[in-house]
Amino acid sequence: MQDYIYTENLCKNYGSVTAINNLNLNVRAGEIFGFLGPNGAGKTTTIRVLTTLTRPTSGYVSVGGYDIHDEIDKVKKVIGVVQQHLSLDRDLTVRENMEFHARIQHLSSSKRKQRITELLEYVELTEYADKMIDTLSGGMKKKASIVCSLLHEPKLLFLDEPTVGLDAQARRRLWDLVRRLNKDGTTIFLTTHYIEEAEVLCDRVGIMHHGQLIVVDEPANLREKVGSIVVETLVDNKDTHYQFFANREVATNYVKNLPSEVKTVIIRESNLEDVFIEQTGEKVGDP
Amino acid sequence: MSALGDIYSVFWVDLRNMRRHWKATIATSLVLPLLYLVAFGYGLGRGVNVGDLDYLSFVIPGIVGLTAFSTSFNGAASKLHVDKFFYKSFDELLMSPVRSHSIIIGKSLIGVVRGFISAIAIYLVGLILAPTLLFSPIFFLMLLLSCFVFSLFGVLIALVVHTHHGMGNFTTLVILPMTFLCGTFFSLDQLPAVAKAVLYFLPLTHSANLLRATVLGLSFPWLSFAGLLIFGVVFFIGCMVSLKRSSV
Repeated sequence: MQDYIYTENLCKNYGSVTAINNLNLNVRAGEIFGFLGPNGAGKTTTIRVLTTLTRPTSGYVSVGGYDIHDEIDKVKKVIGVVQQHLSLDRDLTVRENMEFHARIQHLSSSKRKQRITELLEYVELTEYADKMIDTLSGGMKKKASIVCSLLHEPKLLFLDEPTVGLDAQARRRLWDLVRRLNKDGTTIFLTTHYIEEAEVLCDRVGIMHHGQLIVVDEPANLREKVGSIVVETLVDNKDTHYQFFANREVATNYVKNLPSEVKTVIIRESNLEDVFIEQTGEKVGDP
Repeated sequence: MSALGDIYSVFWVDLRNMRRHWKATIATSLVLPLLYLVAFGYGLGRGVNVGDLDYLSFVIPGIVGLTAFSTSFNGAASKLHVDKFFYKSFDELLMSPVRSHSIIIGKSLIGVVRGFISAIAIYLVGLILAPTLLFSPIFFLMLLLSCFVFSLFGVLIALVVHTHHGMGNFTTLVILPMTFLCGTFFSLDQLPAVAKAVLYFLPLTHSANLLRATVLGLSFPWLSFAGLLIFGVVFFIGCMVSLKRSSV
């Protein structure tokens, strides 16, 4: 399967600070790839490099099959980017924002009209097309951002924290949209702080820490690697300790032998957040 | 797509924006120049002469120049600043296939339009107050060139200044003094040679010279024409370098 993102020993330094340290990453065509990591791990810098906003210090990067150094114009034509923060012109309507994005992506006048109509229908925003951006709900604004990034039919869509700030219902509707886009052939590179989001959406997940990719695999495999069962213990309402086990039987034996001062014990199946904590030593969203 | 098509696409969104607020945009840019015109030209300057000219005829091209300067600079700089730091929409342009030179020229055009309209409005008021002013095509060309150079200056400053306070400080410390000092309200011939030399390193000085000469039928100041062109080229190169550095 073709790699839509491929990096080899990618490094990015800002003076003496190393933001990305020999990153080797591949994202396969057709998958939803989740890119996780604590704040400051180098996720944002990696996305900036992959979306052509920042030039790497060294290493090889190809996006959509094109060398990011020598074929930057081709890269720009095959990627769509939805930034974490709303990046639409709030003095314009949804349709005007779409028109602008279609123009800067070099779509012809007839193609612009056709794609705008199609995409508004696709995300059910047709009746809001002529509303000003600021009058839309958070979920609708995010949908508007997504359709603006899809006008030129990108092969690869970057979604940076796509559901941050959305309520549970809007978040789930957006998940459905992401799945639908992927099913229709768009490869998706997603960053998120919501572990549940990565768990339900992503075919594979990579965890970045201190500028390096420390693990990459399918969520189920990652859980299995750290241990399918986790025991959480809390002593004197202080720090929670996590212990991982291959199966429930071993975990139960461990709990039986715990000292008497352990008052709170939870036995449960492990999730991606446990993988994250085990690998990085930090909780998701920790500064 | 051609560079012209790209420039128009970048300009299109700003134009669309301006069309929604054009009355307020034009009106607010005219308040200060009209006050200058009334206070300095019609009030204080009545009966005063500068060389062979009456002060009103002398000062009107200066006020037209400062209007073009401040409105073009602010028009281009403020929109780009908002796009960069508040709407975050400037990154969308950087990630698109539009080339840097088209982005720079496209983003400057809103300043050109705003500056040109405001300066023409002041010029028309000036025509009523001082009917001796000429209606010459070369004046409009020089006004257009001035607006373009000042807009490029605005784009450059919006690219290199990274905070809202920084923009405010630059306007207060650099733009405002320039509007008063660059031969707009008084002749630079009255100044010591050193001060005069320093002021010739500012673009508005050359613009004021060009506008005054072309609207009053004086000999064409080729040196100022070359000076303004050089400023334009320097600002454009500065914008290109700044855009390149932003991706490092």
